[in-house]
Amino acid sequence: MDLSSIDLRAIGAWFHGLLISSGMSQTGIHVIEALVGALLLLIFGLTLVIFLIWLERKLAGRIQDRLGPNRVGPYGLLQTVADALKLLTKEDVTPLDADRVPYNLAPGLAVFHVIMALAVIPFSNRVIGADINVGVLYLMAVGAIGSMAALMAGWASNNKYALIGGFRVVAQLLSYEIPLVLAMIIPVMVSGTMRMNGLAVAQGSIFGFGWFVWTLPLAFLIFFVASLAEGERAPFDLLEAESEIVAGYNIEYSGMKFAWFFLAFFMNSWVLAAIGTTIFFGGWQGPFVDQLPALGVIYFLGKTMILFFVQAWVRATFPRLRIDQMMSFCWKFLVPMALVLFAAVAIILKLNLPQPLEAITLLVANVAILLTGVTLLGRTQRKALYAPKRAFTPTIPRL
Amino acid sequence: MLQQVIFILMAIFTLGMALGTVTARNLFHAALFLVGTFAGVAVLYVLLEAEFLAVSQVVVYIGAIATLIIFAIMLSRSMMGKEAGAMNKQWLFAAGGSALLFIVLAMLLSKVPFATQVAPVPPDTIEQIGSSFVGVYVIPFEVASVLLLVALIGAIMLARERHG
Repeated sequence: MDLSSIDLRAIGAWFHGLLISSGMSQTGIHVIEALVGALLLLIFGLTLVIFLIWLERKLAGRIQDRLGPNRVGPYGLLQTVADALKLLTKEDVTPLDADRVPYNLAPGLAVFHVIMALAVIPFSNRVIGADINVGVLYLMAVGAIGSMAALMAGWASNNKYALIGGFRVVAQLLSYEIPLVLAMIIPVMVSGTMRMNGLAVAQGSIFGFGWFVWTLPLAFLIFFVASLAEGERAPFDLLEAESEIVAGYNIEYSGMKFAWFFLAFFMNSWVLAAIGTTIFFGGWQGPFVDQLPALGVIYFLGKTMILFFVQAWVRATFPRLRIDQMMSFCWKFLVPMALVLFAAVAIILKLNLPQPLEAITLLVANVAILLTGVTLLGRTQRKALYAPKRAFTPTIPRL
Repeated sequence: MLQQVIFILMAIFTLGMALGTVTARNLFHAALFLVGTFAGVAVLYVLLEAEFLAVSQVVVYIGAIATLIIFAIMLSRSMMGKEAGAMNKQWLFAAGGSALLFIVLAMLLSKVPFATQVAPVPPDTIEQIGSSFVGVYVIPFEVASVLLLVALIGAIMLARERHG
């Protein structure tokens, strides 16, 4: 078998030919092709989640010295299928005082926003739903719909815990969106494009030396930490902190509606990992990808899975932060550092240095800002540690 | 043909949502209708091939402004869950103001010469928008950011704890 004949474009061309031979109009063909593409992405996303949930539970189990799922199917692979079937058969309870329409709309919106995000992710040079020229901004727009869904769920459930969860959604997701966007904008500035595929193409270089993670490590770190918060993952899973607010905004949801939130959560994590791969790890770039374009999909999925693994690893090992710690970490540490980095990168790019020199300068600036930031953070934290442990210092009354 | 069908459907959707915004008795529902209106307008921008505008519409209006409005509604306890009347004491003035605004807009729109020929959409609008922000329109752009900065400082001044 000739490996180079594996070309995903061939499938598309075959399908196109099939539609033409059926004698449809140009518009009809276009619509059907778009619908089929959207359906494929949808099926891919939903099937992937079944695997992701199993993977994460297995990983968390192993990391925490447990076995994880191991009863249903080989290595417990069918555990998620069993869970999904269980959730499907469960009673669908709606609280009596719930605000029905937003209550029922919220789980759908939650899934909708993640699947929308899949549309602009380049799986390979040619396999991309829509390579729009505002790709990065589009992802932010779609993310906004996600926080709207959580807000609706929190409000419409008519439950105190759900409402607090809803408030936390706004606080957390909106706050962490700022460092996330700033970190995503930096590679956009360097490559000069907002197309997701353009970002992947810009990182093409031998042996992955062109990846932005090498020249912009701080930007990646900020992105990764903020993406943990955006993905509602521990140590930032304040939205559903079981010990504080039971389950947050999805407390009143049962059966399949709860499953939808669960699905959105896992797919969101994966999508954030995929965005990180595209922006910082060269996307589908890899050895021999020019000769064999289908390899790009494998590279892309592999890198994304590694990033997803790190997310799961962090989730399984770190304890949850307190809400005030989390907010001050964002506003007093991540945002200032991202802003300084943003300004530094803008100045360096304006200098118009020759290529290798520019990359080195960017790297030096990144490391310098990171070290300064961490030193300052350490100093203030130490000061807080040694400060008197009283909530207030009593004043001596003057006589 | 297809575009027109989508346009008509979206226009009906947007108008329906806008109507819902002003007629809903529950403030939270009104805010959700407003989100729907914004989303409808964003789709209309997509139909006009103005992707940047559409995406900005979603980021700014749904992501920031609508969330802020909903948050404000959720925080004000007396508003929550209760059905508020559609009228208050100022309805006469509000009606007069709205009528005036409508007349001005209608007169303006009847005077504007609308292009009836379809002009080709430039290939990379985003670069043009960017360069006009820092070129021709640099002063309005900077003034807007100063305004936002003032609002930001004002918010901090209002919210900060006063010591001593």
